[in-house]
Amino acid sequence: MSPTVTHLVVNLIQVAFLLVFAPLLKGVLERLEEIIQGKRGPSVFQPYRDIYKLFGKDEIVSQDSTWVFRFAPIIHFVMPIFVVLLIPALTTMPLFFAFMGDMLSVGFYLSLGGFFIALAALDTGNVYGPVGASRSRMVGFLSEPAAILVYFTLSYVANSTIPYVVTASWAQSWASMLEPAHLLVVIAFFLLILADEGRIPVDSPSGKVEIAMIGHSNYLEYSGTSAALIKWGGALKLMVLMIIFLNVLVTPWGLASTLHWADVLWAIPKVLAKMFIFLVALAVIESSLAKLRLFRIGEYLAAAFVICLFAMGVRLVGIA
Amino acid sequence: MMPASFDIAYALDGFFAAFFVLFSVGIVVARQMRGALFLFVLHALALTASAIVLAIALDSPHLGWVALITFSTKAIAVPLVLRWAAGRKLHERREVDHVLTITFSLLIAAVLALIAWVTIEPLVQAIPGRPFAAINLPTGLIAIFFGAFTVTVRREAMVQLMGLLVMESGAFFASISIVNDLSVIAEISAAVDVPIAAMVIGLLIRNINRVAGSTRVGHMADLKEHN
Repeated sequence: MSPTVTHLVVNLIQVAFLLVFAPLLKGVLERLEEIIQGKRGPSVFQPYRDIYKLFGKDEIVSQDSTWVFRFAPIIHFVMPIFVVLLIPALTTMPLFFAFMGDMLSVGFYLSLGGFFIALAALDTGNVYGPVGASRSRMVGFLSEPAAILVYFTLSYVANSTIPYVVTASWAQSWASMLEPAHLLVVIAFFLLILADEGRIPVDSPSGKVEIAMIGHSNYLEYSGTSAALIKWGGALKLMVLMIIFLNVLVTPWGLASTLHWADVLWAIPKVLAKMFIFLVALAVIESSLAKLRLFRIGEYLAAAFVICLFAMGVRLVGIA
Repeated sequence: MMPASFDIAYALDGFFAAFFVLFSVGIVVARQMRGALFLFVLHALALTASAIVLAIALDSPHLGWVALITFSTKAIAVPLVLRWAAGRKLHERREVDHVLTITFSLLIAAVLALIAWVTIEPLVQAIPGRPFAAINLPTGLIAIFFGAFTVTVRREAMVQLMGLLVMESGAFFASISIVNDLSVIAEISAAVDVPIAAMVIGLLIRNINRVAGSTRVGHMADLKEHN
């Protein structure tokens, strides 16, 4: 096979990996939380059934909505797929999209989906949509400075903003994993993932009260195929963030170092195992913390920002 | 000492130093007394871990003693004294009064950290032959700043006492990288001071609590006569 074809095949494997396993990870997370909370919940395959069921249903669209409402779920669904082409999901070898976008573009793609969802929530004129949209934008703009600082700290360490190069620079030695800057960035990024995904200290994903929702009331108006895309897209986004967190930052091991298809396929269980450990940690955190009050989210995100600032400071003064 | 193992020790020391700073800033902004106390224990454990790493890396049994003494006083004795001083208040009242908002305190803490890094830089250059000073000196100074900051912005006697102890831990964290051959007697006498200071202030806090019915010292300004 010519190199181009190999790269294409590996890229397709990456996308398939994302599409196939994202709902499973969501199901596993929900199941783990139910086990910890002593509940008897649905099986780990429930998200697949939900998505399948929604695809078969009719879709109702408000007369007063515009193209934005129809368009937003597609953007929300497609953006994580773009992102997975840019990041080391299964291989440490840069694939040919690797140098087309750096970490800032990853952040841009992910926030573009959120932006369109917020617009769509405003679009229908639903009572709760605009409330959720403005709240999720509030969390978004408060977490933005911290997110940008995370990217800059990472690129400062690796001398590059390309995720593959960052992975390579952390994976060099155990000692580099223990650097204070690394630890602080990991903690800050984890706080940001929780905020961005609407997980527990910031927002309650299983909450059913519209008035208390932050991000989840954005999706209330969707039905049928669009709702399926939103659900699937949400699972994809969580998985992409996990890939960035685990493969680029915390555990840059277990990835395929060649582009042979067997190597790439063997990386899948290893990456899934890492994700399982991450999900256990996430489930424990979600089950043991309480949701923050809305106006305390600023403090939470300020903490993430300051931790990043420490990381940057440690690098800048050249201590480690 | 082999360079490779030194690298690992240096990295480990940095790792614990990061936790030390993190828990110190946690004490500055923790909203609840119990949370602050929990962070204080973790903070003492980070100090102990750094002392153990230094003891092994510098092959210094004295630092081993320091680690043991630090663990028994700061991670066990002092928290017990603090619990005793706070009494039921620890579980009763959850929120701690702040002079500044938490967000603002966090930003000031970041500025303090940057100041500490910049000011300590020439000092680190001035003492060659102390490899861990590059990490421990600035980290210790940051903790001293954070402790002083806690004393300033918290209106709660318990947490102010914790701030004082954070300052002391910061001084310890800095000093273990410079002086690693102090005799054990000096270490013990320095270490015994800490629980005694905590005890004395704890007694004071209990008395304040008994007389005023609260340890929110911020409210005591009202007792002053206005003229």
